[in-house]
Amino acid sequence: MKFEPVQKKLPPLSPVIRASECGCPPVKNITPADIADELKNETWFAGLIDTPAGPVPQVSTEIKLSERIGHIRARTSSFRMKFSLKPGLYAVGSPVSSSDIFVTANYRLSFDHLRKALEGMNAWILVLDTAGINVWCAAGKGTFGTDELIRRIKLTDIKKYVEHRKLILPQLGAPGINAAEVRRNTGFRLSYGPVRADDIKKYIEKGYTADEEMRLVKFTMKDRAVLIPMEINMIKEKLIYFILAAFLYSALQPEGIIFKDAVTSGYTLITAGIISVAAGAVLTPLLLPFIPFRSFAVKGGITGAVALLIIEHCTGAFSSVNLYFYSAVIILFTLISSYIALQFTGATTYTSLSGVKKEIKYSLPVYIAGFFVSTILLVISKIYEWGYL
Amino acid sequence: MKYFRASDTFQFNAEKCTGCGRCVEVCPHNVFKIENRKAAPVNSDRCMECGACAENCEFGALIVKRGVGCAAAVITGLLRGTEPTCDCSGPSGKCC
Ligand code: SF4
Ligand code: SF4
Repeated sequence: MKFEPVQKKLPPLSPVIRASECGCPPVKNITPADIADELKNETWFAGLIDTPAGPVPQVSTEIKLSERIGHIRARTSSFRMKFSLKPGLYAVGSPVSSSDIFVTANYRLSFDHLRKALEGMNAWILVLDTAGINVWCAAGKGTFGTDELIRRIKLTDIKKYVEHRKLILPQLGAPGINAAEVRRNTGFRLSYGPVRADDIKKYIEKGYTADEEMRLVKFTMKDRAVLIPMEINMIKEKLIYFILAAFLYSALQPEGIIFKDAVTSGYTLITAGIISVAAGAVLTPLLLPFIPFRSFAVKGGITGAVALLIIEHCTGAFSSVNLYFYSAVIILFTLISSYIALQFTGATTYTSLSGVKKEIKYSLPVYIAGFFVSTILLVISKIYEWGYL
Repeated sequence: MKYFRASDTFQFNAEKCTGCGRCVEVCPHNVFKIENRKAAPVNSDRCMECGACAENCEFGALIVKRGVGCAAAVITGLLRGTEPTCDCSGPSGKCC
């Protein structure tokens, strides 16, 4: 399966992007055959449909196995950014001029959730250019925003396809959109739909209103679990330096660096490192609501300390070296777990900027102090080990 | 799940509010209720400062100091001496 940037693969021809966008005169008229040719390799492409205003690419509402695998890869790896599609107007089923228009981002996961939710319906999908980023994040950055929406409404000539003037937006796009300004500029009224695309049918049944349940952003254990691979992925790069440092520390002898001695305390440090990553990046996110206190730094610290003490209790691995080493390990890796957990604020759906700032104000001095203290303890442990103490 | 928040990031001016209900529609944490034809921020301690309500209130009744609650962004900002900077939207990282 290839994950090339879609933008690169496709020539700048699209049924929905007019020549005026690039500012150059059209080289030739775009024929339906060109459009079909351009999109034929897209897994979701189901053909072209004719509308009175011109041909529009039709999307399938079925998610294929290969696409599911793509979703998993998008969530676990850095391929995420390249998982996009061309902005523009698309059709689900055979929409007519009175059919609803749903707006989404050009990130494949957002788009795929939407088209799946529209199964069996006739509707339009207006895909905005968010640089391949999902609705929520793009709204925060302003790329799923008022300007892009106005621009896309004009570029796609969407008024030629529909007689009504209503757009349905995902509620999570609201931070980027000023509904009043869009109406003034384009004549379109905006309705915010449910948070989750899966609720769209219910939303329509209720007369295009989202009830409290549909509007609420949740953060279930499953939501948190899917974020874990990304957290681990971010730490992975740093792990190799840590392992090197751990072995180097243990190999250090008065006579120089001797690697055959490195094994025991090196492995002990690495074990502690792995425990702190597991506590901070896996256990804390999973058990988030069950760990006391609101602060992520404190939650991560608690989980880390408890995990380390349990391992110590069962194996005695840390205290068997010496007391200085034991204290250093507990301090250092509790703080590392805390720090990793603090990073998780970036992935949650409920942390506020001012709250994170507050946390950092209090935790950063603790991290710095703890790091110094444990470094000193590790040095003392080394001197003790060499028999100078 | 609740988190903390500075008290000065969210302001509601009941006088300007027309009770249109737009804020209720957009808020992802159910902060508002309409009471006596006016919005009432009954759950303001759940606010995550996304800014959706302020952006969509046509009558200027809401002011939110918005931002993304991401520690990595705040720390990057601290190191560079700037406002919180999110540089993780590049090809290598997670978003937001
Ligand atoms: S959107 Fe503004 S005017 Fe409308 S109910 Fe909310 S605060 Fe009041
Ligand atoms: S800023 Fe966002 S979370 Fe806070 S009250 Fe407004 S809409 Fe709700």
